[in-house]
Amino acid sequence: MKYIDEYRDPQLAERLVQKLRERSTRPARLMEFCGGHTVSVFRHGIRQLLPPTVEMLSGPGCPVCVTAIADLDKAILLTELPDIIVATFGDMLKVPGSRSSLRNARADGGDVRVVYSVHDALEIASGSTGKSVVFLGIGFETTAPTIAASLLEARQRGIKNFYVLSLHKLCPPVMKSILDLGEVNLNGIICPGHVSAIIGSTPYQFIPRDYGIACVVSGFEPLDILQSVYMLVEQVESGHPTVEIAYSRGVRPAGNVRALELLHTVFEVCDANWRGIGVVPASGLRLREEFSNFDAEKAFPVSHPPPREPKGCLCGEILRGVKTPLDCKFFSKKCTPDSPVGPCMVSHEGTCSAYYQYRGEDGG
Amino acid sequence: MCLAIPARVTSINGMEAEAEVGGVTRRISIMLTPEVKVGDYVLLHTAYSISVVDEQEAKETLDILRQLV
Repeated sequence: MKYIDEYRDPQLAERLVQKLRERSTRPARLMEFCGGHTVSVFRHGIRQLLPPTVEMLSGPGCPVCVTAIADLDKAILLTELPDIIVATFGDMLKVPGSRSSLRNARADGGDVRVVYSVHDALEIASGSTGKSVVFLGIGFETTAPTIAASLLEARQRGIKNFYVLSLHKLCPPVMKSILDLGEVNLNGIICPGHVSAIIGSTPYQFIPRDYGIACVVSGFEPLDILQSVYMLVEQVESGHPTVEIAYSRGVRPAGNVRALELLHTVFEVCDANWRGIGVVPASGLRLREEFSNFDAEKAFPVSHPPPREPKGCLCGEILRGVKTPLDCKFFSKKCTPDSPVGPCMVSHEGTCSAYYQYRGEDGG
Repeated sequence: MCLAIPARVTSINGMEAEAEVGGVTRRISIMLTPEVKVGDYVLLHTAYSISVVDEQEAKETLDILRQLV
């Protein structure tokens, strides 16, 4: 088994779709929270396979897309400081800030490096005397433990010129926030697979309990997603919403205990500002006091003018599942992956990008 | 961004390991999954393994699917 092809079997998928069509009688409005799921749903044409009773919406699960524009502005300003190398995942480069982007900052002479892993940024720091490396800590619970691991390694190796700008965000609190807003009327949520590999499935239990909404943790291959949709439909039909794991090969109910331990050694929970959603209580991570010597926020405080959101861009509404890219007047006209207006068109897993890449320029 | 892909661990040296992904060997960190053994598949996220793939569970899922349909 290689854990990929087995979950792409077209005959099994066809039979599963048939079964789904037979089982689904009630309306089921489902949100795939995670941008990785959005990409998979579009790449494999899953929406087109579903019976008319099942509707799918895309959620805010794209860390690049939900990074507040004020935080991005801060990162861009860091590139203007002397002897600073800003290291980031590549997706952040093209996101337009209020006045510039990291890509433009690099063109203006800023030292901005794209890395595949936080570990690469740590190695850059270790090989750069006289310069400080600031890693942009973007990501959910999946990524935060890797940053924690890198900081523990930095401390152990005595690397003192490595810093993290922690913009990490947590998924269950923002799910609650979206449900509390009451703008989207959901029957089920496809819970993020790799976030759940870290946090497990128990943090979602409030969703069926308090909101009566079904939850299934899903993998990313087409059969994984179809199976998760089937399980959600089954919960909706039976009227007994609960939390189930369809991705049991990678996700345990308690999550990855070791990763959580490292995460909580280095980080503590704080409020966080989500683009399009606003400040969500206890939905972010900041460095604990013991790790404050690695905190870019403290080492390099920058003051920036008030942020400016691009006027007319619907990313905020799209992130909350209230609008789709087809509702946006910029989509595939002024806003394309080459020249994005908002973050949902920049990130490969942004909803606008997924519509553009997989459904043609008109998104239809 | 939370992308993670299955990779087979081929050697382990402390908290570092080598893993094969689609015929390519990569150096990875196993700090988040110290229990991993050579031959195991892991979910690899930005050069860190975040979960050891459970072969038994993987088989059972496929069995359930085949029975279901």
